[in-house]
Amino acid sequence: MAAGIKDKVAILGMGCSRFGERWDVGPEELMVEAYNEALADAGIAPEQIDAGWFSTHMDDVGTGRGGLPMSIALRLPGIGVTRVENFCAGGSESFRAAAYAVAAGACDIAIAVGVEKLKDTGYGGLPVATVGTYIPQWYPAAVAPANFAQLASAYRARHRVNAADLKRAIAHVSVKSHANGAKNPKAHLRKPITEEQCLNAPVIAEPLGLFDCCGVSDGAAAVIVTTPEIARSLGKTDLVTFKALQIVASNGWEMQGNEWDGSYVHTARIAARKAYAEAGISKPREEISLTEVHDCFSITELVTMEDLFLSPEGGAIRDVMDGVFDADGQIPCQIDGGLKCFGHPVGASGIRMLYEVYLQLLGRAGERQLSNPRTGLIHNLGGQPSQNVCAVSIVGLEGV
Amino acid sequence: MKAGITGYGAYIPWRRLSRETVAKANAWFAPNIRGRGHRAVANWDEDSITMAVAAARDLLGESGDRSAIEQVMLASTTMPFADRLNAGLLAEALNLSEKLSAVDISGAQTASLAGLSQALATSDARGSKVLLAAADNRNTLAASPQELSYGDAAAALTLGTDGVIAECLGEAALAVDFVDHFRQSDRDTDYHWEERWVRDEGIARFLPTVIGDVLSQSGVAAAEVNHFIFPTTFKRMDQQLASKCGIAVDAIADNLESTVGDSGAAHGLLMLAQVLAKAQPGELILLCQFGSGARAMLLRVTDAINDFSPVRGVSGWLTRSVEETNYTRFLAYKGQLQLDKGMRGEQDKKTALSTAYRYRKALLGFVAGRCSVSGDVHFPPTRLSYTPGAPRLDTQQPYPLAEKTGHILSWSAEYLSSDMAPPHQYGQVDFVGGGRLLMDFTDVQKGDIDTGMEVEMVFRIKDIDELRGFKRYFWKATPVQRGAGNKQSSASEEQ
Repeated sequence: MAAGIKDKVAILGMGCSRFGERWDVGPEELMVEAYNEALADAGIAPEQIDAGWFSTHMDDVGTGRGGLPMSIALRLPGIGVTRVENFCAGGSESFRAAAYAVAAGACDIAIAVGVEKLKDTGYGGLPVATVGTYIPQWYPAAVAPANFAQLASAYRARHRVNAADLKRAIAHVSVKSHANGAKNPKAHLRKPITEEQCLNAPVIAEPLGLFDCCGVSDGAAAVIVTTPEIARSLGKTDLVTFKALQIVASNGWEMQGNEWDGSYVHTARIAARKAYAEAGISKPREEISLTEVHDCFSITELVTMEDLFLSPEGGAIRDVMDGVFDADGQIPCQIDGGLKCFGHPVGASGIRMLYEVYLQLLGRAGERQLSNPRTGLIHNLGGQPSQNVCAVSIVGLEGV
Repeated sequence: MKAGITGYGAYIPWRRLSRETVAKANAWFAPNIRGRGHRAVANWDEDSITMAVAAARDLLGESGDRSAIEQVMLASTTMPFADRLNAGLLAEALNLSEKLSAVDISGAQTASLAGLSQALATSDARGSKVLLAAADNRNTLAASPQELSYGDAAAALTLGTDGVIAECLGEAALAVDFVDHFRQSDRDTDYHWEERWVRDEGIARFLPTVIGDVLSQSGVAAAEVNHFIFPTTFKRMDQQLASKCGIAVDAIADNLESTVGDSGAAHGLLMLAQVLAKAQPGELILLCQFGSGARAMLLRVTDAINDFSPVRGVSGWLTRSVEETNYTRFLAYKGQLQLDKGMRGEQDKKTALSTAYRYRKALLGFVAGRCSVSGDVHFPPTRLSYTPGAPRLDTQQPYPLAEKTGHILSWSAEYLSSDMAPPHQYGQVDFVGGGRLLMDFTDVQKGDIDTGMEVEMVFRIKDIDELRGFKRYFWKATPVQRGAGNKQSSASEEQ
């Protein structure tokens, strides 16, 4: 097995725009907002950046295609900028590429920027995507809420859970994220909600109600990476380093075969196992301080707790209801509000998750700061439960 | 042996519009319109092609031999395409051999009887097997008498020389430009002339002529006719005609007025399918239809009638139903009410025709690929198998899924996408024998779907490209256990 990424790459600086319905700005301004913060945090000049990776998903409603939207918006100094796109996991894809370039020694300093401008469509929810010329001729015109809602129907069947109990558990997930988001000045949704509000909200896709769905937001995030040695030479003392960077893409087994039962995300389990191995983690429930997971829908977060082996199989409902993942729980999840409330500008989300873990590890998370976190996990899922790209990244303080 | 009818099938859409609902909704405008009973209404994703496919599948069943079919004919006055072979699409959906003759027949309500005449001649001359399907899905103006009297349905026959269940003793045709109603090519609805004139000058003159001709040709007396099939929307017209011709009143076949309505070019064959289901060997069936003249055919049922039965037949479809009491939904499905489909409804549904052609076996015939080594079923078929650890190359053999049933693995019902039957319901279906697909569910309403439920496959419209005037088709799943009584579920619906 390859030696892996552990402690080979450090985060030099990060930035994140305010997320939300940013009627005031376009994708260029969002990128500049995140970039300026990251550059200042890194303490470097643009000329020191060797290469860039750019993540955006819905190019037709946002930035347009290619690497140019980023290189032009940020006036980058004659370097390569590569666009990566991997559904909602594009953000993780971009910082993995940057980290790999640094680890390979091809670059000293690399940047990854993710952005999504979703609120220029004229309607709520994610824009309708195109999927080539063949798939639309047979595949249902499915939307994300219903794709993920199917996790709920299969989870109920698999674990013999009654609908009301599952509905209440996923409501707890959302109530928790709203409480967390309320403390995050950059979050899209900052109003706490009650369980009752959540349970009684209009149904979007059975059994998911309005509050089971994450915000559809505009936003950008940026990360600058380098080697630990260069970071120290630039005056950085507390270093956050990558411990694992894993991405697994479905090959059709779930969607075409008859073995997968639909109640979990197959790729997430593979990616988690690989990431724990790469990071040298054997007891995740004890070793992970906090998680930022892809809570596009409340049910996704609940199931993900099992996929990451933080909850035993069939045990996530109990853990959620026991508050294990609440802000004051054993392994806080979405302490920044998550996709649910910080928001979900698709191409930026993976980097946004990294941003929060970075802030938490460095003790810079303000009102929502956790006490003494040491290792954080980022789970970034693109696609749908039956066919997806799942990224699991682990970062921690150097030497941990 | 002389060619004759070797099989029959039918199709009646699930929704049955209450005529009382229509009368009430329009009472402000047309207080004299009254209606009892129900008429069949095609779902938004059905048209004459999909209904014809359903009727043909009702006839052929899972085990029916499709390879022997050498000609496919589709009779309808509501062909989805004016220039694209509708019968060709029918043949593709039935996964028939490409080496066949496909023919569209249209022009009048008598189209299906004209088709039957030609199909018999072809079968006779070549000793071949011919599939004839007839379907109509006519639009009507709000508050028109036709809105109540018309219905949507389809029927199918096979003609051949082996296993003849009804033989033709004689036939007669009359071509007269008697315009009781018409629909110009660029129009959506029919225009009718006065009923009294149609009865007295049209039906009462033409039908006795063709009936007389066919009986004398066959050497059969009118009184010997056991089943008299004459589709008409006019009250007691069939009785008047029977008495005028000397046919026994109790020979008059039920015209399905109270349950289906008049299904246009399909109706004669639909009534025939119903009659054949209960006919006894040796009985005589007089099949007639009026339209731009008239046609009549005399059939004699053979002993082989007892060896054939359709999958569901008319009686089976009659029980698979839901009462429709929502008039605006009916109007919307019939294109008479423009709905605001929202911005999500603006998505371009352009079909890449080269893609559609390349994958037509999968898209229209619903043919998957089954790995000859692992037995795993792949949809869509691919060169490499997904089988974990064994991505074998080029091992997949054609494996039709249309006649397989499946079970729902996971599902949801959502209100976000633009759909003509919200909530839009879809989920993963595991096929008996292997294979898995995310599929749309159709002919369902809220609360009908659940994990583990058994589903069967139906050929339906997938998308409508309103910009270019094109429809594309694919297969959808619908619950199997729909035969169990008339489900009066409209009251529990969203209204």
